[in-house]
Amino acid sequence: MESERRPKSYTGPRQGEVEGLRFRETEQEVRGFRYRLNRLTWLLVRDRSGMLGLALFLLVVVAAAFSPLLAPHDPLEQHLAVSKQPPAWSDGGDWEYPLGTDNLGRDLLSRIIYGSRVSLTVGFFGVLIAGGIGLVVGLISGYIGGRVDNIIMGVINIVLALPYLLFVVFIAAILGRSLLNVILIFGITDSPIFVRVTRGEVLRIRESGYVEAAKSIGAPRWRIIFDHIMPNLIGPLITLATFEMSGMIFYEAGLGFLGLSVPPSVPSWGNMLSAGRKYLLSAPWIATWPGLAIMFTSLGMNLLGDWLRDVLDPRLRRARK
Amino acid sequence: MQRYLLSRFFQSVLVLFGVLVLVFFMVRITGDPARLMMPREASPEDIEEFRHRMGFDRPQIVQFLDFLSGAVVGDFGDSLHYMMPALPLILERLPATVELASVSLAFAVIVAVPLGLIGGFRPGSLWDSLGRAIGLFGQSVPNFWLALVLIIVFAVKLGWFPSFGRDSPKSVVLPAIALGVFSLGRLVRLTRSAVLEIRSEDYIRTAHSKGLSPRVIYVKHVLRNAAISLVSVIGVQFGYMLGGSIYIETIFSWPGLGRLAADSIGVRDFPMVQAIAVFTSVVVVTLNLLTDVAYALIDPRIRYGE
Repeated sequence: MESERRPKSYTGPRQGEVEGLRFRETEQEVRGFRYRLNRLTWLLVRDRSGMLGLALFLLVVVAAAFSPLLAPHDPLEQHLAVSKQPPAWSDGGDWEYPLGTDNLGRDLLSRIIYGSRVSLTVGFFGVLIAGGIGLVVGLISGYIGGRVDNIIMGVINIVLALPYLLFVVFIAAILGRSLLNVILIFGITDSPIFVRVTRGEVLRIRESGYVEAAKSIGAPRWRIIFDHIMPNLIGPLITLATFEMSGMIFYEAGLGFLGLSVPPSVPSWGNMLSAGRKYLLSAPWIATWPGLAIMFTSLGMNLLGDWLRDVLDPRLRRARK
Repeated sequence: MQRYLLSRFFQSVLVLFGVLVLVFFMVRITGDPARLMMPREASPEDIEEFRHRMGFDRPQIVQFLDFLSGAVVGDFGDSLHYMMPALPLILERLPATVELASVSLAFAVIVAVPLGLIGGFRPGSLWDSLGRAIGLFGQSVPNFWLALVLIIVFAVKLGWFPSFGRDSPKSVVLPAIALGVFSLGRLVRLTRSAVLEIRSEDYIRTAHSKGLSPRVIYVKHVLRNAAISLVSVIGVQFGYMLGGSIYIETIFSWPGLGRLAADSIGVRDFPMVQAIAVFTSVVVVTLNLLTDVAYALIDPRIRYGE
């Protein structure tokens, strides 16, 4: 039909969108990657809080990637003569140390910039491990089903029923302070959530019309998994990954605060908070900056995650209007 | 429904067995629990003596059965630091933690649910914007940092509330706010999206078209259905608070389980930490079971279904 045809460059919302799921499963599938990317960009520009989230996130990424260029001082260099110097704009401050110095006279701005490396590393690799385990186990559980599914979900429910933070602290105390340990702890303890989401999505997709169609024309199992199920898992998993990464950055700082994350010599936001706590009354700014850094990173990722969820799940987008 | 509850009960028992296995093997991850629990400067002879005294030199399976049979009758082992059974120590600290978590949860629910409801009924309104901002803030602010800020502002600068201890009813205010803020954020967002989602359901349209008054629709259809998802999340949040109290109790010197756990980790008293982990898991799993019972009572689909 004539009205069904649209120019290829069209990137706005389409008529089929109001039908929610049907749109996602048929038309979008045909249009391919390029179309999706255009549409995502279009939706992002339209959404102001999504843009803010992306901007905050990119700011942290840039800080982590170019720390040596951006930091005015060596984050470990001590200047005891200027210890506990307040931020530049308050009395006794100096623009040499814009955010002030800590109890050992180290530049707080430089430490915040370098601290983003620990947070992002833990968040990124933690989510990568958790997502990898979750994808494989969730696919097996959801696609094979039956007894295998029962056993896997039984174990997952055990882990999800635990008081998470207490166990994370417990394991961290046993394993000792190192970056690798922290990444492994979060990667493993967080994987059950990814398993559960993957499995739920696989169950839903497996029952859909297009998988049935693929089966009926004799598509082999690997083809159904890689061509039909996997591409549809990307959206929900990326959304979940954003929220979980925010959570890991949060909890890593919590471990640091208790003195259980990376070694004290490494500048990390959690370690800075932990150190600043002792000087809460005499030098409150030491604990203020890392707290704000964690908050804005977490805020950015939450905004980004909200936006991704709205965009990638048409059902929610409708509900939001 | 009986079958559903029975299977849930059975599942809970299995979960607790899993917890015991996990906690047992966790202190053995590094290979040598004796070295883990002894001070770093301990001599090899001391460690050997300790290993024998604790029974770590016995076969793993014997140790595990010993641990398991103890836990079943409420013997969670002895604290190394306090030199006495762990359970009485836990029970002594429990009321403080329950008080803190209950006040926190009440604070979160009382603030969050009305905000979420208004947001869901009037999306785009001023109250909705406020609710969404609070929701986002609650989920983004690190509670251990918020606790420090609260101390500086309300205890040190304004002097309205004490900054530590549990001596007066006022003492609970700051820790409860710090602990509850995350759940508050989550509940606002959840209530809002639940109401929005329910409002777009077919049965609400049917209710409108058969001429029911908006009030009846909101109370009987929307609120009741939103309550179902809320009950399950509130149960989970209480469990989260029991774990999260480890930071807040440490900062505010609140004499509860969280602080006991943090202190025990500090002195490498791992049998104590094990006991706290098992005990807290029992509480959380029981709470989850109760939540499911409440869930089944509210939701006729579960009551009459499967």
